Amino acid sequence: MYVAVKGGEQAIDNAHAFLAEERRGDPAVAELSIDQIREQLSLAVNRVMAEGSLYDPDLAALAIKQARGDMIEAIFLIRAYRTTLPRLGQSRPIDTGAMAAIRRVSATYKDLPGGQVLGPTFDYTHRLIDFALMADGEAPQAPTAAPHGAMPRVSGLLDAEGLVEAEPFSNTEPPDLTRTPMELPANRALRLQALARGDEGFLLSLAYSSQRGFGRTHPFVGELRIGEVMVELDIPELGFSVEIGAITVTECETVNQFNGSKTQPPQFTRGYGLVFGQSERKAISMSLVDRALRWEELGEEDTGAPVQDAEFVLMHADNIQATGFLEHIKLPHYVDFQSELELVRQMRAGASEHQEAAP
Amino acid sequence: MTKSETDRARAMGLLARAPAALLEQLYPDLPAHTLLRGPEIGTVMVRGRQGGTGAPFNLGEMTATRCTVRLGCGTVGHAHVQGRERTHARRAAVLDALLQTDQAAALSESVLAPLQRTEATRRDTRAAKAAATRVEFFTLVRGED
Repeated sequence: MYVAVKGGEQAIDNAHAFLAEERRGDPAVAELSIDQIREQLSLAVNRVMAEGSLYDPDLAALAIKQARGDMIEAIFLIRAYRTTLPRLGQSRPIDTGAMAAIRRVSATYKDLPGGQVLGPTFDYTHRLIDFALMADGEAPQAPTAAPHGAMPRVSGLLDAEGLVEAEPFSNTEPPDLTRTPMELPANRALRLQALARGDEGFLLSLAYSSQRGFGRTHPFVGELRIGEVMVELDIPELGFSVEIGAITVTECETVNQFNGSKTQPPQFTRGYGLVFGQSERKAISMSLVDRALRWEELGEEDTGAPVQDAEFVLMHADNIQATGFLEHIKLPHYVDFQSELELVRQMRAGASEHQEAAP
Repeated sequence: MTKSETDRARAMGLLARAPAALLEQLYPDLPAHTLLRGPEIGTVMVRGRQGGTGAPFNLGEMTATRCTVRLGCGTVGHAHVQGRERTHARRAAVLDALLQTDQAAALSESVLAPLQRTEATRRDTRAAKAAATRVEFFTLVRGED
């Protein structure tokens, strides 16, 4: 028998009111402003923009406030908002070589044109809690120096010697998983889009698993750079392009050992990571996962490692899809469960009759 | 691109990337105009290249607002600006139109030049702070000949 159930409106309204109160916390404590979140929790804002796949620092800061700091909930809010907006166009590919870099390091060359620029990094900090931050202090001031010249790509240095695989330039129209649901096999452009918006923790774990031996690719961070790039949009009405915005991105290029195959000479191969905002853990992870997923085109062995399995990686990297399916099981399943309960009772009754009937 | 197109693209870029509050401060009162389209908030899909230099892929979207206006004299102005500020897009579109009229020289001086300076100063400051974190390696002389 199916019984339609209604109700709970009052409970839901009151639950949302309770949520609003809990979100605000102790009213004696000053309320957080969106500007404060954007300026002082900027790496959280960056993560929400990257995985929300929408670059808008104010909106991401608002989502973090609304979600009480729950990052996946904030990302969910951004994804939902995005679906309400029309697509005005697509940019020309950003030129990361022309980036105004605030950080640029290479683990493969000590001396390279443009130098090792550490930028605002946690590296080399002692990871000791800084109790001084509990007190209101004066705004810190960073020292300055005269900028050095251009920062050519590290991969370009290797490429000039033919020691790294070529990265063929093209203007092929890439697939877009926000327009057409992802289908497998996915080409590299589609994989990179999925990874760029994938969950940082998931990609970190996959990349780590490959370092520990599950699909090892021997990566070196050839170059990691963080900085601002221009976003250039073709304006069809005018017939020319305009640099309509500037965004911060993190780019990681790994160079990986490669012994060569029947078709390829021994040379280094590439993994690539590109992420909105300052997010180098994610960019390095993405680069390792990208490289691992390229095993087939490079003629490498399938070791059965999770990181080599495109379906496993791409179908589980999106934390909004994952949390949607995972969390729905807490919602009412009364009827489903009732039928299973009925079934288990029948089976138990059948089993005990059978036992009683036996001599 | 012709010289006038290059100049217009440069001006539209400066107007688009300007902080909305600064643009309003530099040019607060808009002349009479008709809205032809928008201001409309939407997204632009930002693309990257595989390996930085190879084939394009879709990185993610950014918010943008577009607007098209016509001045009383019939000149049409257009704007695509980063973010979700409708007034920013409208002001940028009006200024794009005005920059095609005989007010161009005056507005270049009073609006574009300060925007250019502000953007350059911000960039130079960040570049200078980054430069101060450049590693200087010292070679240690070993005891061998």
